[in-house]
Amino acid sequence: MVKVVDLTIGRGGVVFQEAASFEVDRGSIFVVLGGSGCGKSTMLRVLIGLDQPLGGSVTIDGLPPGRGPSGRPTFGVTFQSGALLGSLTVGENVALPLRAWTSLPPDAVGAIVAAKLRLVGLQRAEDLLPGELSGGMRKRAAIARAMALEPALLFLDEPSAGLDPNTAAELDDLILDLNGQLGLTFVVVTHDLQSVFKVGQRCVMLDLESKSIIARGDPRDLRDASQDPRVRSFFNRAPRTATT
Amino acid sequence: MAPAFTIAPPLGPADQGQIRLGGRLALAEAAPLWAELRRLGDGVSRGQGLDFEMSGVESVDGGVMALLACLRAELHRRGVRSEFLAADAHVQRIIHLYGGDLSVARLRRRRPLGLLDQLGRATLAGLREAQLVLAFLGQMVVAGARLLRAPRSANWREVPATMERSGADAVPIVVAINFLVGVAMAFQSAAQLKRYGANLLVADLIGISITRELGPLMTAIVVCGRSGAAMAAELGFMQVNGEVDALRTMGFGPMRYLVLPRTLALAAVAPLLAILADLAGVAGGLVVGVTSLDLTTRAYLDRTARVVALWDVSSGLLKSVVFALLISLVACQQGLATSGGAEGVGRRTTSAVVVTLFALILADAVMAGLLRVAGL
Repeated sequence: MVKVVDLTIGRGGVVFQEAASFEVDRGSIFVVLGGSGCGKSTMLRVLIGLDQPLGGSVTIDGLPPGRGPSGRPTFGVTFQSGALLGSLTVGENVALPLRAWTSLPPDAVGAIVAAKLRLVGLQRAEDLLPGELSGGMRKRAAIARAMALEPALLFLDEPSAGLDPNTAAELDDLILDLNGQLGLTFVVVTHDLQSVFKVGQRCVMLDLESKSIIARGDPRDLRDASQDPRVRSFFNRAPRTATT
Repeated sequence: MAPAFTIAPPLGPADQGQIRLGGRLALAEAAPLWAELRRLGDGVSRGQGLDFEMSGVESVDGGVMALLACLRAELHRRGVRSEFLAADAHVQRIIHLYGGDLSVARLRRRRPLGLLDQLGRATLAGLREAQLVLAFLGQMVVAGARLLRAPRSANWREVPATMERSGADAVPIVVAINFLVGVAMAFQSAAQLKRYGANLLVADLIGISITRELGPLMTAIVVCGRSGAAMAAELGFMQVNGEVDALRTMGFGPMRYLVLPRTLALAAVAPLLAILADLAGVAGGLVVGVTSLDLTTRAYLDRTARVVALWDVSSGLLKSVVFALLISLVACQQGLATSGGAEGVGRRTTSAVVVTLFALILADAVMAGLLRVAGL
């Protein structure tokens, strides 16, 4: 579904990753991980078309990332801090893409908004402003908004960052539910190992020093059987040891 | 292109009370589907039944399922029996995910707030705001007293940068605006003065009104829009971002570290800007006097020097300091009272400018009255 070929990414004259290639299968939960500063968020921005790569290509179902032929977004995105529009209520945030990209009447939009918020456990938060929500609630509201147009593909940027363990676990369960029951494809950028092991089906690990992907596959296999000490120390949450 | 879904209303007694859905139900085609479902649903009365027969549904996405579940809930509340029937396992899971198989709760009607309610809430909000303002003023007084006892404890490093931003950077616009004010006033009065042969009195008019009133006031308005708004936004962002709390935990009181430097910087540059404003205003009047009132430059300037007393300029400078204190204190108070993210920052910034403008005019009127009473 998502095909990355020889992708080189960077920012401000600094190259983070060179010639990275990987594919995300339809219906899977794919994790992009790596240490701080390795370019995970930049990679995500390039995958969703917010930034241009320095080289290589990204395609989603054979097309460059962006909007469909009618201009409608073809995937949903949640940002690290939620990025809800602060002057709109939670309900209005979720309704925004529905109003812009469908011809549904207001009562239908209201019904879908209520259902999406119920799905993420925010049925009582519809009339609240984002500033009145906790961090976890903001992230869940952002997921509801990202799902409003029923995209087949969702990009999540650090979905569990800053959340308490219970809320993070609930979010993981929600991802698994949506993947299992609706067949949604997820690309998750994270370094929350518990989430990675719980939801991740395949992953790639970016490394800043070598500017390349140093591991790919099932995160549990990489944790248990990788020969690369960098990968083992990352997945086992051990301090980095000097490699010669 | 034909839609990917099919919807068949009840045709006869055999399938009475059933809507047969089929095909692929997707959000992209939800609008016509919803319109048809609504039409069929409106035709059913209390006590009757209207089920959704789902055996022909190949797939359904969350958006359409949300609509179906909503319609089922509405029918239940109207006293119409409604369920999803014969869905395959995959579709049944989505029905369950969207609550299509749950019992329907009674809808709690939200009553709009009455007038008394709204009045009460607005009064409480006003009292809370007044409490914040009083608390701020109290903290300022305490911080000011501490500063006098221990001057080195202040955040003096912030002062030069603020003076540059609020003072030096504002010079072009302050000069331009006051020059134009002088020009406009002189033009307005030129016709009348000419009629009475009192051309030279334009120097009196411009000199006294600019130095005593318009110079300091127009300068304050410019500084309010530039620096006041910027201060409110900056402190507001710091407040919502947790930076003010971080300063507190490190032992830096926000009054001493953030408010006092800004207030002192603005109070220091205000008289300087006022002097420049006075000169620019007088220059504006000069241009009109020379070009439209047949005055010579020397005559205009001599007259200005003769009629504008030291106290005229001094009172204007005194006002400019009072105005600067108002601008800074209101902006900082609003900034530190910010809550609610980006929307809150915008709201408080707007409020800072509006409140300051009102306070400036009020203070100007009060000071004018007091000076008059004192015979100054």
